[in-house]
Amino acid sequence: MWQRVVRNLIGGPATEAGPKPDDEALAELAARLDGAARARLGRSLAIREVDAGSCNGCELEVNALSGPHYDLERFGLRFVASPRHADVLLVTGPVTRNMRHALLRAYAATPSPKWVVAAGDCAANCGVFAGAEGVVGRVADVIPVDLHIAGCPPSPRQLLAGLLALIETSGRSSAAGVASK
Amino acid sequence: MRRSIDTDAWRFLLAEPEWDLVGLWAEPGRVHLLRRVGGELDHVSLDCAASYPSVSAVRPSAVRLERAIHDLWGLVPEGLEDRRGWLRHEKEYDFLPVEGEGIHQVPVGPIHAGVIEPGHFRFHVQGETVVRLEQRLGYVHKGIERHMEGKTPAEAARLAARISGDSTVAHSLAFARAVEAALGQEVPPRAVFLRALMAELERVANHFGDVGAICNDAAFAFIHAQCQMLREETLRTADALFGHRLMMDRVVPGGVTQDLGDPEKLRRFIAAARPRFAEIVAVYDDKPSLGDRTNTTGITRKALVDRFAAGGYVGRAAGRAHDARKSPGYPPYDGLSFEVPVFEAGDVNARVWVRIREIEESLKLLEQILDRLPAGPIAAALPERAGEALALVEGFRGEILCWVRLDEAGRIARCHPRDPSWFQWPLLEAAIEGNIIADFPLCNKSFNCSYAGHDL
Repeated sequence: MWQRVVRNLIGGPATEAGPKPDDEALAELAARLDGAARARLGRSLAIREVDAGSCNGCELEVNALSGPHYDLERFGLRFVASPRHADVLLVTGPVTRNMRHALLRAYAATPSPKWVVAAGDCAANCGVFAGAEGVVGRVADVIPVDLHIAGCPPSPRQLLAGLLALIETSGRSSAAGVASK
Repeated sequence: MRRSIDTDAWRFLLAEPEWDLVGLWAEPGRVHLLRRVGGELDHVSLDCAASYPSVSAVRPSAVRLERAIHDLWGLVPEGLEDRRGWLRHEKEYDFLPVEGEGIHQVPVGPIHAGVIEPGHFRFHVQGETVVRLEQRLGYVHKGIERHMEGKTPAEAARLAARISGDSTVAHSLAFARAVEAALGQEVPPRAVFLRALMAELERVANHFGDVGAICNDAAFAFIHAQCQMLREETLRTADALFGHRLMMDRVVPGGVTQDLGDPEKLRRFIAAARPRFAEIVAVYDDKPSLGDRTNTTGITRKALVDRFAAGGYVGRAAGRAHDARKSPGYPPYDGLSFEVPVFEAGDVNARVWVRIREIEESLKLLEQILDRLPAGPIAAALPERAGEALALVEGFRGEILCWVRLDEAGRIARCHPRDPSWFQWPLLEAAIEGNIIADFPLCNKSFNCSYAGHDL
């Protein structure tokens, strides 16, 4: 074990450079969020992940973000256990009849200002589950959504590019907020 | 082949002493039972207007399946007292009462603390000790079975690929094999081998992830980080070979949709991963503080595992050797050489070791498959006609059953995919009993049951 630790120390990190913030995501966010809300969030975001009916493919890729290759926390993004500690709800899956109530409660428990990211094609438009009898709709049919990240499932890099757009947007606007004072 | 039997014959079969429950499902006016008797599969069905003799009395693994059948198809299991909804959540849910001094409840979920799927766990604890765990599942029930009806096999395959994302290859394979068997359609040899290649890559990726995540829940982050890297490299190799990290929608009825990319990438990956994993295994084996957490924690007894016919690492960690790749067996595994590792202790540690040995076996299988990969086409066109068949496939969790019936136009009339989790979730309730509640995440991770695969 210690040989491996030493080799890792000498060999440099496995962590790779992050992707650029997703342009489409930046445009979607700019249209959606007012400067005041952005300014209050700053450059660090606490994320509560909510699986509202996913096949668990999205969860696999969201989990990969915490691994050494992507190392989400270096960007100021971290997953938290409670919606009460969260700035962002990262919601996956089409919303099932049986998860609708829990999603609404998680949203209500998240303090304002809060952002909702709908990750994956199912969250955006129910994907292959559109019309299934246990599905009540897409995430935006249940709670307001600020950003969509496409993919089935979105790769860790796609997820990261979308989440970095959140940071980027909030960072720029808080700088602007300071300058205008 | 399915035999249609009457109620007396149904009761007679239930009363037989030695058989495993492999599947129990329904359609309007009919209930199906799949048993394994002395290694042979026996598929029977009973036509019934409103009710049928319950299987739960003789095989407790049928309880949740019968509750689901009642929810979805309205058929009443005669003799099953527990009529609480399972997949339908409209009504208030009464958890089973526990009486005793100083017992309190700990409700957890459906949304859990980590990035995992939703489900509710109701613990009754006395001090730190779990007296009873009761699970409530069904939160991600989407109605996949009904949603498949009327779709072409190609359309329904996209749903099969999303029954449980971590087993997308295995569920796609079970569905494809069932459809092909129903139509009597052969698959080109190259496709058969490519499917096995994807299935073993999926197994390796998931086991890497699990070994790391189990150690992480025992607060040993080093192995977690190392295994996360191996898992990521496995997924990147899959992406390079088949154009998708999880290999979703690559296995379809008739064959596969994408031929293999550069096989040297896979050989290089195996050559690099093998010694690195051996190093991780040596660390796991050598840390008493880690072994202290995993040894004798969350024990499942062999008698219970046999009674539930639980497969995969849950069964094989407790002395039950069943593997669908060996029995009933399916190509190309009949021509490949591999061992099915079996341990006896039934604890978290044994479930870790089953995964470790299976990774080693799967890496060998990947090399054999590459060595023997035949040339030729990768898919065959499917005829459009009626048929009915089932298939069994070994996913990383265990044996997946898929039964399908096609109508005259070759569309899905009815499909039932049964994830191995159905027979593993109830054993987790038994495994945690008498353990401290703080060890639940460790036990749960060592089972790693699928919520989506179970809830459908």
